[in-house]
Amino acid sequence: MPAMLRNLAQRLGMMAHSFDGGIHPQQHKVSASLHSEACPLASLYTLPMKMHIGSPCSPIVAVGERVLRGQKIAKSEGYLSVPVHAPTSGRILRIEKAAIPHPSGMGIPSIVIEADGDDNEEQILEPINDWHNTDPALLRERVRMCGLAGLGGAVFPTFIKLVQDSRFAIETVILNGIECEPWLTNDHRLMLEYADDILSGLAIMMHMVKTASAIIAIEENKADAALVMREALAARDDMAEVRVVVLPTRYPQGSEKQLIYSLTGREVSAGKLPIHIGVLCLNVGTTRAVYQAVVKAKALTERMVTISGDAIAQPGNLRVRIGTPMRYLFGLRGLENFTGVRILHGGPMMGELLRHPDVPVVKSTNGMLAMREASFMGAHTQEQACIRCGHCSEACPSSLVPNLLVDQCRSDQFEKAEAYNLFDCIECGACSYVCPSNIPLVHYFRYGKGQIAQQRREKVFAEASRERSEYRDQRKERDKQALAAKRKSVRKTHAPKVEVVKENGPTTATDVVNNDKLNKGNIE
Amino acid sequence: MVVMLSSPHAHGGDSVRMMMLTVVLALMPATLVSVYLFGWLALLLILTCMLSCLLTEAICLKLMGKSLSTLLDNSAALTGLLLALTLPALTPWWMAVVGSVFAIVLGKQVYGGLGYNIFNPALSARVILLISFPLQMTTWIAPMSINMPPLNLYDFSTCLTLFFTGVDGLKLSLDAISMASPLGHVKTEWTLGIPVAEALNHYQYSYLDAFLGKETGSIGETSVLALLLGGIFLLARHSITWHIPFSYLATVAVMAAIFSAIHPDHFAPPMFHLFAGGLILCAFFMATDPVSSPVTPIGQIVFGIGCGILTWSIRSFGGYPEGAMFSVLLMNCAVPLIDHYCRPRVYGHESGRKR
Repeated sequence: MPAMLRNLAQRLGMMAHSFDGGIHPQQHKVSASLHSEACPLASLYTLPMKMHIGSPCSPIVAVGERVLRGQKIAKSEGYLSVPVHAPTSGRILRIEKAAIPHPSGMGIPSIVIEADGDDNEEQILEPINDWHNTDPALLRERVRMCGLAGLGGAVFPTFIKLVQDSRFAIETVILNGIECEPWLTNDHRLMLEYADDILSGLAIMMHMVKTASAIIAIEENKADAALVMREALAARDDMAEVRVVVLPTRYPQGSEKQLIYSLTGREVSAGKLPIHIGVLCLNVGTTRAVYQAVVKAKALTERMVTISGDAIAQPGNLRVRIGTPMRYLFGLRGLENFTGVRILHGGPMMGELLRHPDVPVVKSTNGMLAMREASFMGAHTQEQACIRCGHCSEACPSSLVPNLLVDQCRSDQFEKAEAYNLFDCIECGACSYVCPSNIPLVHYFRYGKGQIAQQRREKVFAEASRERSEYRDQRKERDKQALAAKRKSVRKTHAPKVEVVKENGPTTATDVVNNDKLNKGNIE
Repeated sequence: MVVMLSSPHAHGGDSVRMMMLTVVLALMPATLVSVYLFGWLALLLILTCMLSCLLTEAICLKLMGKSLSTLLDNSAALTGLLLALTLPALTPWWMAVVGSVFAIVLGKQVYGGLGYNIFNPALSARVILLISFPLQMTTWIAPMSINMPPLNLYDFSTCLTLFFTGVDGLKLSLDAISMASPLGHVKTEWTLGIPVAEALNHYQYSYLDAFLGKETGSIGETSVLALLLGGIFLLARHSITWHIPFSYLATVAVMAAIFSAIHPDHFAPPMFHLFAGGLILCAFFMATDPVSSPVTPIGQIVFGIGCGILTWSIRSFGGYPEGAMFSVLLMNCAVPLIDHYCRPRVYGHESGRKR
């Protein structure tokens, strides 16, 4: 339907709200109907010191030390950070740089644990069964201590979202069960298999932010999950104002800002957060982890991971300990030879291409896809000239004009790109998906954003050094004047009195020194 | 070797080649009708233009050291077909070749090839031909001249002679076979002070004939029906959106309706404007050329309205009877400006325009 008619219908209330643009990629959700399985223990676990957005953690264990499952092995440094816990019992084998799931193949400091196979758990935390009567600040500290970060993929520390700020009252909690990425089904399985845990987690969060209203958002292609969630809701008496809303299947429906608009008809202003319009948005997996942290007293050491792709004979969902090597997981599913296979961390639309499978599952790992070289490269064919067909603007959920932005980024016209709202691009990839010329638009946008960020840093640096040099010049000038004044005051005894009155500057050497001190005091 | 590839790692499968092919397919009804109406002459013209365009494109690519694989994107073939459909049936072979060379070289490659041209290549070539050869470009013959000996358009040898040696080869006088187009006729009569309705009467103009394609004109522009079928196909295949054709045609209709209501003797009625000349062809196939039209929906509507006002104005007040192609080319110039000012409102912003 033409966008204009849709907008009109939405305004008149004839139609539910719906974000602009979007695409309908092939679903490939082959693992949706298979029950999730617990992953058998591996022998080695690698825990990177940074699995969240924010500053990295620092290890608090020594090599050779024995650890238990759920034991804190690295503490958070700084506010925007959460600790890391041992996924199983064992011995610290080494603490060194190890590769993380990142397209560059880069490594960061990591703790490697050799599992002892006993899987003994640490029992320090007390379950908080009576969370209804517990201070939200305590619950929030529990969520932080347990290492929770957004499991949808963005890994933003969860406790920060659960803040109670008198300026921004949360009206609605949105549970994101959209999972619009092709192939991925981990949130789908979570909703089917752990509906009660998710609802309990939701109840805890609603208590924490003091709201009674919540929406559980599910895409149309997961009708069974919507049914299960509705049934679970009906069985509870504390969630009268919680609704399950089924939204049309359209990528990127699960993107936070787009989802909030689809559900509420309100937009999160540029540069603002959902909390500014009274919305708290969390992924269903994170919500279950909140329940486990509070009621089960369990740190985040396990998550649901989809293993799929056209090179995987037995796709499915595994409950995987964080730190498990991907090569081991692929091996469990019958993939051992990686020649002619490309591995993706996450879904095909926003996931990262990995260089090798020797990286661990981290908190953001919602899926691991193994794609055959031929089918994978089909999406990355030779770039051609833009024919300005405008399909990218039609697909853009942020209503940008991607083809103009690409021209600007490619020709380094960054100021113009910024004015054309480059930073409102959410990098969902819808533009590249529809481009008939196979232009990797998102790639150019990342380049542009990176260059602008670099320029900003350089500008700040240049500004600082300019100030330093100006101050130095000023000081030199003052010293010069002070010297001149001193000389004059010496000469003064010989000069006529009238001339002294004419002078505007400091008249005596003491004055000059005092002034100088004053000036210095101001600047330093 | 590890090649760094950035997400997304999935593609919808659209290609420039398929998009161009879709437009060629959408032109098939008009092409078939042109062959039905103008016989071998139309077919010769179409083949000459398409082949010359492909050949010129190949030479250009070779000279610029580019890969010849670009030839396969179907854009040169489409330009050739579009150009041919805008030409009168009696266009001689060499004029078709010159037009094709103009279209590819001056219309497209001098700007850097596909995607970089400011103007629609086929239309710019058509205008160059009109200005360079005004007589030949405004000499029309009646469609369906089948049983009008010695001019039998279904006879291959007659058409071949006509195409390569002109009317002289058949020992015919041009006046004997040529006729005025409806637009030209109305314009001439109007300058003589004859009211529009009377002029149409003299011409024995029939709306039904114009809709089906039996009134004369360039080989591919006569049949409104065939062009509409192609346009609907393009809309259904999502090759174009409704914005440009709708706003363009609606503007012409509204302008004509208002002015013909005020002064019916001076201004032709809206139906006449819609069915006459190259308007439908331009609205669905020329103005919607992605490269030379605006990207955003609002911009496309502005573009369409601009084309409409210009077309109606040139037809009503200009020196030429037809204004569709001039107006599209003029609006092509304004596309960067339109694109700049007609950006949609970005999510989370009050206004899309932040300069």
